[in-house]
Amino acid sequence: MVKLDINGQVHALDVDPETPLLWVLRDKLGMMGTKYGCGIAQCGACSVHIDGAVTRSCSLPVSAVSGKVVTIEGLSPDSRHPVQVAWLAHQVPQCGYCQSGQIMAAAALLAEKPQPTDADIDAAMTNICRCGTYGRIRAAIHDAAASKA
Amino acid sequence: MTYFQNLGEQASSGQTSSSPTLGRVENVSRRGLFKGATALGGLVLAASMLPRSAMAAYATGAGAMPHGVVTDPRVFVSIAPDGIVTIVAHRSEMGTGVRTSLPMIVADEMGADWARVRIVQAPGDEAKYGNQDTDGSRSTRHYLLPMREIGASARTMLETAAAQRWKVPVSEVKTGVHEVVHDGSGRRLGFGELAADASKLTVPAAETLRLKDPKEFRLIGKGAVSITDLRDITTGKAGYGADVRLPGMKYVVIARPPVTGGKMVSFDPAEAMKVPGVERVMEVRGWPWPSKFQPLGGVAVIASNTGSAIKGRNALKIVWDDGANAKYDSVAYRAELETAVRAPGLVVRNDGDAEGALKTADKVIVGEYYLPHLAHVSMEPPVATAKWTNGKMEVWAPVQSPGGTREDLAKTLEISADDVTVNTTLLGGGFGRKSKCDYVLEAALLARELNAPVRVQWTREDDVHHDYLHTVSAERIEAGLDKSGKVVAWRHRSAAPTIGSTFVADAKHQIPIELGMGLIDMPFDIANVRCENPEAAAHTRIGWLRSVSNIPRAFAVQSMVAEIAHATGRDPKDVLLELIGPARIVPFSASVDKPWNYGEPVESYPIDTGRLRHVVELVAEKAGWGRKLPDGHGMGIAVHRSFVSYIATVVEVAIDKKGVLTVPRVDTAIDCGQFVNPERIQSQMEGAAVMGLSVAKMGEISFKNGRVQQSNYDDYPVVRIDEAPRVTNTYIVPAAAGTPPSGAGEPGLPPFAPALCNAIFAATGKRIRNLPIRDQLAV
Ligand code: FES
Ligand code: FES
Repeated sequence: MVKLDINGQVHALDVDPETPLLWVLRDKLGMMGTKYGCGIAQCGACSVHIDGAVTRSCSLPVSAVSGKVVTIEGLSPDSRHPVQVAWLAHQVPQCGYCQSGQIMAAAALLAEKPQPTDADIDAAMTNICRCGTYGRIRAAIHDAAASKA
Repeated sequence: MTYFQNLGEQASSGQTSSSPTLGRVENVSRRGLFKGATALGGLVLAASMLPRSAMAAYATGAGAMPHGVVTDPRVFVSIAPDGIVTIVAHRSEMGTGVRTSLPMIVADEMGADWARVRIVQAPGDEAKYGNQDTDGSRSTRHYLLPMREIGASARTMLETAAAQRWKVPVSEVKTGVHEVVHDGSGRRLGFGELAADASKLTVPAAETLRLKDPKEFRLIGKGAVSITDLRDITTGKAGYGADVRLPGMKYVVIARPPVTGGKMVSFDPAEAMKVPGVERVMEVRGWPWPSKFQPLGGVAVIASNTGSAIKGRNALKIVWDDGANAKYDSVAYRAELETAVRAPGLVVRNDGDAEGALKTADKVIVGEYYLPHLAHVSMEPPVATAKWTNGKMEVWAPVQSPGGTREDLAKTLEISADDVTVNTTLLGGGFGRKSKCDYVLEAALLARELNAPVRVQWTREDDVHHDYLHTVSAERIEAGLDKSGKVVAWRHRSAAPTIGSTFVADAKHQIPIELGMGLIDMPFDIANVRCENPEAAAHTRIGWLRSVSNIPRAFAVQSMVAEIAHATGRDPKDVLLELIGPARIVPFSASVDKPWNYGEPVESYPIDTGRLRHVVELVAEKAGWGRKLPDGHGMGIAVHRSFVSYIATVVEVAIDKKGVLTVPRVDTAIDCGQFVNPERIQSQMEGAAVMGLSVAKMGEISFKNGRVQQSNYDDYPVVRIDEAPRVTNTYIVPAAAGTPPSGAGEPGLPPFAPALCNAIFAATGKRIRNLPIRDQLAV
């Protein structure tokens, strides 16, 4: 049995402890907001928060999870996290597939650095967006920072 | 279904893979409230409207696409008694915004309040909805007018219903926002109140329709409507290919032959079966290459979750027979292509006497350009879910061509298309890869064999190893100059394995759609032009990737322009404009056997050098061409017509002392005729700049021993935020009255790489002729 605290709810699961957290979220729990993009911690589509730190769930065995997991579904009770609001205002997504991960990465960045510089954004936002929405991601992060200031 | 109509025909005359054209059909929507038919007499028209003929002064190739166009409002629009208007999106959403844009056209034309519009995604059913192949940057250009007609029909029926209710002439009623109003009395009825009556009316004939004066558009052209899935995307609720879960569903990952055309000889499932969660290992049927979109075959691992299936697949021991392409080696193949373009090849355009003029030219400038294979790597790898119930197949998949997928499923399963349902999910990117439904066919075959719902997930490694790759090409241009520096001769040889090879064995020459992407349609004002296409054999699956052959062609032609400028000591923009020549319509050369104009009639979509010049002049002005730049900076310009749109790009680069390249600014001017959502055109231009930078800087798929050498984003990298252009400005040319809509999804890409490399030359004096740039700038 593996015990997981996800979005404030505790789940006891009978899974192979080596299974990456991503597949537990998606295939066992049906939480489909966290995406698969590469499986090797390269793209960030699978980003979740573990005790507030952004983590790539595709490369983390579920047995190694020792903290509270927050996924895109649990980021904000009313979907009004400043990052989400800024994402709407800038109409960031194109296909949208990378955006759960981008939003989770941006939210973690802002939690750590409420007023990130462009260099901070470059360093923290290493998620891939094949559609190329980076300019809007950067602008939206600055906006979200301004709204919290 | 094919990227372009008649593709199979192009690949080999006599063999055709495209579907018959069924033309207009009159199916009635199951959901539709517009049902039945009662006669409606003499329509009189509201004042703010223009006759359809005034608006429909252009023809498109839409009707010639498989299954043509359907404009029956009963198929696309339904209105509930509470006034909610539901509009069908029949094209696939992969990030362009089309799922919002097309319904928005209907809503604007019919007078619907966008807040009370809901969008539903059509399943694959081209007999009902018309062509659904979301490809070739065609959706807006083929559907702007049909969607307006659908909206106008719905509005006309609502107005007629109101006039009948009030017993007044229809000329006295008009549509406001989501309601019909009687002029004299001020009486009004909401759409919901009129829906039932309107549904009993006959659909008006297209010729009788009146379309809105564009001045009265509330949504079209305004850029004020966000994509319909925006909120769901930001909350993780948007549904993509892998997000469908069915009770009892099995999770499948497949090992496919590592070499194109290879076969599985034997496999040992023992280690895979030891992986917790793995339930079964079995062979999957494959088709011999080339097989269009049929599965590659291999060995499937069936598990209780995707993680176990991946682990099990990696534990399989398989003996492969690599087949005829086992020696495919990119280093050797590059030499082959480069040799090929140094010798004469099949002449595909011949105006004047380029050979003679090159001999007598004062100066000949030669440029040889090489561009490698590219993979699509959309963020969502191929994936499909399938369910087999009582002889019927239902699939959920991110497909660009749901109609074509349905037909291919029916053929592969040998059942009737009536027994096949294709549900289109959102696509996590497509770029042409998801026009090929091999992954859906795999899921369907396994679902039937296992008699259980299955989801086949391609890993990123599967995606990189088994893509339908962008071709690899060598382009050689020789430009002959007279004493004054004027270009008097132009010979362009292009050698690249053809998309046709995916449809027909041993195809070695590029097909008209490829030749028509910047080779034979090269518009420069040069007296002697010769284009040749030497043979090139394919050794892997060649497909189409966003903007296709325009990538190498624009790179070669637009790099050459700057090379000529350098050789003659002139400004590249001035030389570019001189080569384009005066504003005129350039006819397709009479020497071209099958000219390709993106499937569009030349009458409405000619090669117009006035528009080409204009985007060059516009972008140069906006970018501040010639302005003073900091040390290490340079500016480059390029222009290209593709998908019947005109796009010019200026890239500014900065290169530091170590040779590290950054892109502080990109300016792009696009003339795509009439447009629907300028905000999404802008996002397409921003995305094209990022993708263009990935192509130029780092994009390369290579082969050794027949195998793709890259596997994932670590060794096939794409640009991330730190490298992305810092500023991308888009200028959309307002459409002159009557200019038909053209494409926006793809044409932003081709000019980027040459503009970038021209900028690098301006900054450093180093001419990049081979992509990717990778470490070519390192000092
Ligand atoms: S899927 Fe986890 S980083 Fe790409
Ligand atoms: S929006 Fe498509 S991958 Fe980022």
